[in-house]
Amino acid sequence: MEWEIVMGLEVHTELATETKIFCGCSTAFGGEPNTHVCEICSGLPGTLPLLNQRVVEFAVRTGLATNCEITRKNKFDRKNYFYPDLPKAYQISQLYLPICRNGFVEITDADGNPKKIGIHEIHMEEDAGKLIHDEFDDCTLVDYNRCGVPLLEIVSEPDFRSADEVLQYLEKLRAILQFTGVSDCKMQEGSLRADVNLSVRPKGQKEFGTRTEMKNLNSFRAIGRAIAYEANRQIELLEDGEKIVQETRRWDDNKGYSYAMRSKEDAQDYKYFPEPDLPPIEISEETIESIRSAMPELPEQKKRRYIDELGLPEYDTSILTSDKAYVSLFEETLALCGSPKDVANWIMGEVMKLLNDTATLPENMELSPKDLAAVIQMVKSNKINRGTGKTVLEKVFTEGVDPEKYVADNNLAQITDLSALRPVIEEVIAANEKSVTEYKSGKTQAIGYLMGQAMRALKGKAPAQEVQKLLHEILD
Amino acid sequence: MQIDKNLVMYLEKLGRIELSEEQRTASEKDLQDILTYIDTLNELNTDGVEPASHSFPVANVMRQDCVTNTAQREAVLQNAPNEKDGCFVVPKTVE
Repeated sequence: MEWEIVMGLEVHTELATETKIFCGCSTAFGGEPNTHVCEICSGLPGTLPLLNQRVVEFAVRTGLATNCEITRKNKFDRKNYFYPDLPKAYQISQLYLPICRNGFVEITDADGNPKKIGIHEIHMEEDAGKLIHDEFDDCTLVDYNRCGVPLLEIVSEPDFRSADEVLQYLEKLRAILQFTGVSDCKMQEGSLRADVNLSVRPKGQKEFGTRTEMKNLNSFRAIGRAIAYEANRQIELLEDGEKIVQETRRWDDNKGYSYAMRSKEDAQDYKYFPEPDLPPIEISEETIESIRSAMPELPEQKKRRYIDELGLPEYDTSILTSDKAYVSLFEETLALCGSPKDVANWIMGEVMKLLNDTATLPENMELSPKDLAAVIQMVKSNKINRGTGKTVLEKVFTEGVDPEKYVADNNLAQITDLSALRPVIEEVIAANEKSVTEYKSGKTQAIGYLMGQAMRALKGKAPAQEVQKLLHEILD
Repeated sequence: MQIDKNLVMYLEKLGRIELSEEQRTASEKDLQDILTYIDTLNELNTDGVEPASHSFPVANVMRQDCVTNTAQREAVLQNAPNEKDGCFVVPKTVE
C-alpha cells in the first residue's frame, strides 16, 4: 500500500528582546544559574507582571511577515500546570485570542510548484526554567534564568507531506525571524525549537490517521531523521495490523530512535482561564502600519533586489539570503569593494567551505567584511592571484591575521616585473626536456605540466596568463 | 454545576495535594457554596453586553524593553527549600 505522511509543526522561538516578557530581567543566554531572576519571574506571591511592549511589536512583525491577520483585541490566558520549571505553577500564554492568525509561508513542493503552508496561529507566551537532572544526588536542579524569556509559538496547519517540505519551511521561517530581528534562531541555544506532529494514512484517504508528537528536535538534521524514523515506525505498525497510540515521543539523536515519554495517567487539564493580572492589549491600525513601515527587508525582497539591481543569478541569491549572516557579510563587503558577483562567489565558495571545514555556524563567523573586501580587492587588482587569495582568506578566517600585512610579511605579492619571469620559465623548460619533446610532437596537453612546474618555481606569485603566454612564446 | 467527592479528589490530584476525608467533605461543601453564590450572576440579563475578562476599562499597560534588574541570586535562593551550585533543588522529576 502507498502511504502518505501528514505533518504539522509547532515552532517555539525565543525573542531577541533585552528583557523578559513580564519583568526587567536580562534574557542573555549562558549567565550563571539564577542570576537573571527577580521576584516576578520566580513567582513570588504579591508580584504583578508588566508586559514588555517589544514582545507585541515583534509578534506583529512576525505576523505581517507571514501574511497573518493581526488580532486587534488581545488578551492573555493562564495555563495551569504543576512542574518545577514554572515557579508560578502556571504559564501566561494566549489560548482564546492569539495575536496572529491565518497566515502562510510559501515553499516549493516535490514537483517544483509553489506551495503555501498555512499558519494557524502565532501566540505570545513565556518560556519555562531549565531543569538539570543530577544523577549523582538523585535530585533535580532548577535554573530560572530562562523562566519568563518571551516566546512566540508558531502553529502551522497540517500541510506538510514530506521531510523536505518541513525543512524548507523551517529554513524560510528562520530567515524571516532573523531578518526581521525577531530572534537569533540559534537552535543549539534553544532559541528555535520545533515539535513535529506526524500521522500517516493510505494515499487517497481523506481522514487523518492518529498522530504522535515528537519533541527534543534541536537541529535540522535531527528533524529530518526523526521524521523518517517516525513515519516508518507508524507504517510498520499499521501494516502489522496494529494501532497507533496518540502520545508524545522524545527523539534521541545519538541513538537514532524515539521513545514514548511517560504517559500521564490523566489527560492534561490546564484549567485555562483569562489572565487577571494583565489588562487587554489593543492594537490599532496606526500601530500596525507603523510596524509595517519600519519592517526590515525580508529575504524574498532581498532576493528580488539582488537579481534586479545587482544582476546576480537567482541561484546565488537563494544561497546568500538563506542566512542573515551571509546577507550582512555580502552587503557590507559589497559596500567596501563593489563587484557583487565577485563578492557572492567568494562567500559561496571559499567562505562557505571554510565554515564547513571548521564546523562553524554562519552566525558564529568572525570574518569581518573589511578583511574579506581586502582579499577580494588584492585579487581583483592582481596584487595576488586567486590561489594565494584563498590561502590568505584561510589565514584570516582561522587565525584572524590582517590580510594586507600577511601578504607583505610573507612576500606573497605577485611579480609585477614581467621581465623577471622569462629566466625562470626558461629554466623550467630546460629541466623538462621530455615534456617539451611531447609538446612539440603534438601532445599539446603537455603544456599543462610545464605550466604547473613554472607556477611552482614562481611560488604561485605570477599572473597565470602571463606565464602561459611566455611558455607559448618560447616553445612555439 | 454539581461538586462531588470525585471532583474534589481530581482537583487534589491536579494541585498535588492530599486532603483528609474530613477536609474533603468540607471542601465539597465549600466549593458547592462558592459556585452557587457565583451562579447568582447568571440571573442577570447580559443581552447585548460584550464578553469581557477585566472589569476596568484599561488597556495597553506596558513597559519599555530595558534591563532594570541586577543579579540577586542570594536573595532569590533564600526561598529555595534546598540549593546546590546556585540552583534550586527539588525532588527528582523525570519526563
